[in-house]
Amino acid sequence: MPALLPIDVLLIAACAWLAIGLAGLAAPRNLHFISKILFPLGAAVGVLAGLTSLRFLGSGAETAVLAIGLPDLPFHLRLDNLAAVFVLLLGFAAAGISVFAAGYFRKGEGAAPGLMCLQYHFFLASMLLVLLADDAYAFMVAWEGMALSSFFLVTTDHRHAEIRRAGYLYLLIAHIGAIAILLSFGVMTAGSGDYSFAGMRAQALSPFWASAAFLLALAGFGAKAGLLPVHVWLPEAHPAAPSPVSAMMSGVMLKTAIYGLLRVSFDLLGEPLWWWGVVAMSVGLATAVFGVLYSTVQSDMKRLLAYSSIENIGLLAVALGLTLIFHAYRMEALAALSMTALLYHCLAHAGFKSLLFLCTGSVLHATKERSLGKLGGLIHRMPWVAWLALAGVIASAGLPPLSGFVSEWLLLQSFLFSPGLPHPWLNMVVPVAAAVVALVAALAGFAMVKFYGIIFLGQMREEALKDAHDAGPWERAGLLWLAGLTLALGVLPTAVISVIDAATRQLLGTGLADKVREHGWWLLAPISPDRASYAPLVFLAVIAAAVLLGRQLVHRLYHGRLRRSPAWDCGYVFQGPRAQDTAEGFSQPIRRIFEPMFRMERHFPTIRDEKPYYSVKVEDHFWHWLYLPLARAAEWVSRLIIRLQGGRIAIYLLYSFLTLIILLLVARP
Amino acid sequence: MNTALPLSTQLINLFAAVVLLLAFAMLAQRRVLPLINLFALQGLTLCLSTLVVAFTTGQAHLYGSAALTLALKAVLLPLILHRLVRKLQVKADVEGLINVPTTMLAGIALVIVAFNVALPISQLSSTISRGTLGIALASVMLAFLMMIVRTKAIPQVVGFLAMENGLFLAATSATYGMPMVVELGIALDVLIGVIILGVFFFQIRDQFDSLDIRHLENLKER
Repeated sequence: MPALLPIDVLLIAACAWLAIGLAGLAAPRNLHFISKILFPLGAAVGVLAGLTSLRFLGSGAETAVLAIGLPDLPFHLRLDNLAAVFVLLLGFAAAGISVFAAGYFRKGEGAAPGLMCLQYHFFLASMLLVLLADDAYAFMVAWEGMALSSFFLVTTDHRHAEIRRAGYLYLLIAHIGAIAILLSFGVMTAGSGDYSFAGMRAQALSPFWASAAFLLALAGFGAKAGLLPVHVWLPEAHPAAPSPVSAMMSGVMLKTAIYGLLRVSFDLLGEPLWWWGVVAMSVGLATAVFGVLYSTVQSDMKRLLAYSSIENIGLLAVALGLTLIFHAYRMEALAALSMTALLYHCLAHAGFKSLLFLCTGSVLHATKERSLGKLGGLIHRMPWVAWLALAGVIASAGLPPLSGFVSEWLLLQSFLFSPGLPHPWLNMVVPVAAAVVALVAALAGFAMVKFYGIIFLGQMREEALKDAHDAGPWERAGLLWLAGLTLALGVLPTAVISVIDAATRQLLGTGLADKVREHGWWLLAPISPDRASYAPLVFLAVIAAAVLLGRQLVHRLYHGRLRRSPAWDCGYVFQGPRAQDTAEGFSQPIRRIFEPMFRMERHFPTIRDEKPYYSVKVEDHFWHWLYLPLARAAEWVSRLIIRLQGGRIAIYLLYSFLTLIILLLVARP
Repeated sequence: MNTALPLSTQLINLFAAVVLLLAFAMLAQRRVLPLINLFALQGLTLCLSTLVVAFTTGQAHLYGSAALTLALKAVLLPLILHRLVRKLQVKADVEGLINVPTTMLAGIALVIVAFNVALPISQLSSTISRGTLGIALASVMLAFLMMIVRTKAIPQVVGFLAMENGLFLAATSATYGMPMVVELGIALDVLIGVIILGVFFFQIRDQFDSLDIRHLENLKER
């Protein structure tokens, strides 16, 4: 028997996910069978897929042709290093999320569990096929499968009007994006009719058409990733979906869009033009700033995380733009640095954002509450979730020693070399972008402090929170897995860079691993140790030592004189939970400083009010500037067109009759 | 008459002319049962014309087409329609949206258009029956016109079927007919179509107490 190639194993994994999904339909109401057997099986398949791509990374590309598809148009599949990095991400994130989901789904929530199981595993399988596709046809089929299955997952709880609305918005934007992607592929075939990726690589496009293909791809994949201005579905769809689904969408699905962008701009299109990078970077910066500002002012914990995802996607687009610029000027070593930052951040974000979304799921189940204003002090009732969420929060805020720090640090490092660009404007403007990225990182820290502080710290804002229970064993296992990944990505950067280096090398021809490995596994110095270096384990050891020492000192010095009192009462005798900072109050400075960025409706209490209240509603400018005018225009056009539709059959027949006669008269040989 | 034409071509042209005449007659006929009879007659003419073409050219499969036409369009479909009319008790005259003279004038205009459009195509063709292509196209258009101007459901279906007759004539005259598989497929489609439409007739009548399709305008989304 010939040995199984990694691509075969991945195909088997995709089939296994489909089979698990179908098995769920066999007993759609049997919650125990589905959640305790099928979902853990799915997680095992995820681990298998992750390990397979881990084993594969560094070897040459493998191809396969599937005999399914249209006649004479089979599915071409190909596993290369770029795809393998993302399969790794998918597999390992799916493992954690599936294990969590095994303990998450309850009776009577949304759709039948079997249906959820089918949609969820179909979603996983189609994402895997997106990554493996080697022709536009297979890619689009898998891409649409991914969009549809995630649409059904988002609208699981379709009895609520706002969830249906969120799902509709998501589907609409997903389709607009898909059209742009299809057009981009069409441009890249250059009229040859060969829709395989190999055929597209062989085409030499003129700069105009190459730019058209890149911009279409940026628009199309941007719609899926949540780049400005097609981000609006994200903050609607993520809170609507069940938490494991939000985690999967935010952690993994958004990355498939990044994968598509990388595939198109570095693999299929050949030589990039420098201004593509500027476009990507500008869009990315705007997205990042927008995302982080809005995430600081949210009062719904899942919306906050959704906006934070937008911010991270923005950072990824910035890294992509920087890589494109370096690559266009043939500064390959620097391009490799920012590409590594990009891939690293993909992995890091998949870990910590999934972790945080799952934590909100546990909180939601324990308290039935999504609004930050009604949570608080949960660290006492849900210590597991709280401590594991802390890992995600630290990573998300970009603090050492966890994963987010490494990737953002790498990104900033690569920015520090941008003054060397041989272009008079770029070498001055790009460093400014670095300042914006730093601002975004700081504000992300603010948003995460808000998220964690309001949910888990302080006093409980509602009586009902006293009954909150901690996550069950399955959920804990899923969270632990993801937190472990986040920690590993944080403290073993050299090892991780060696793993993902194969993809960098494939796309740019040069990598970072050799340079990184020179200094030993514990020290990360991407350019040279004199410039900048980071030793995560030393850092971790120092932090741990300082904390332990501090704890010992406190115990020694204040021995026996410790007492527990309500948090944040500033020493007052009486301080109820209502006196704590609210979610809105916490972000008030940000709202004030960045006032023009928000569209706010505020109501202040006056002395004469019978029932004084304060309310603030923050809305997205884009709704009023872009989407509502568009919607009005569409309605106006529809009203014009509806006049054609008289409802009389004779008229309809007349239309086709006239068309026939006109065509006959026009199309004379 | 141009005596240079062989007898077979003259016969084909004669039958084609009869088909066109019948198409006009159907356009002018205001009662339902005679309309169906005219349709049956048109099918019969079509069958005869196909037989002549088959005999002259020796194309064996055209005999099959002719037999199919005879069975389906001259016998079976008229029978089904007759039964439907009896069951639905349609008695009233067929009302048109436009009066008959205007319809006829429009029909003449259509025939002129059809002949002019078909001229270059029939010059390309090398069949003995190529002269009838214009007639075939004209009868398609006349049938279409009938569908447009009639307001009752059954005449519309007859118009639809007559359109298929015209297409069949066009196929025989331009290329000696379509492949047998296609013809069988179309025949089945037409048969099933009529049966389904028959079911719809009952539904429409139950809903609106009438077969006047103008009632369907109420179904429009407002």
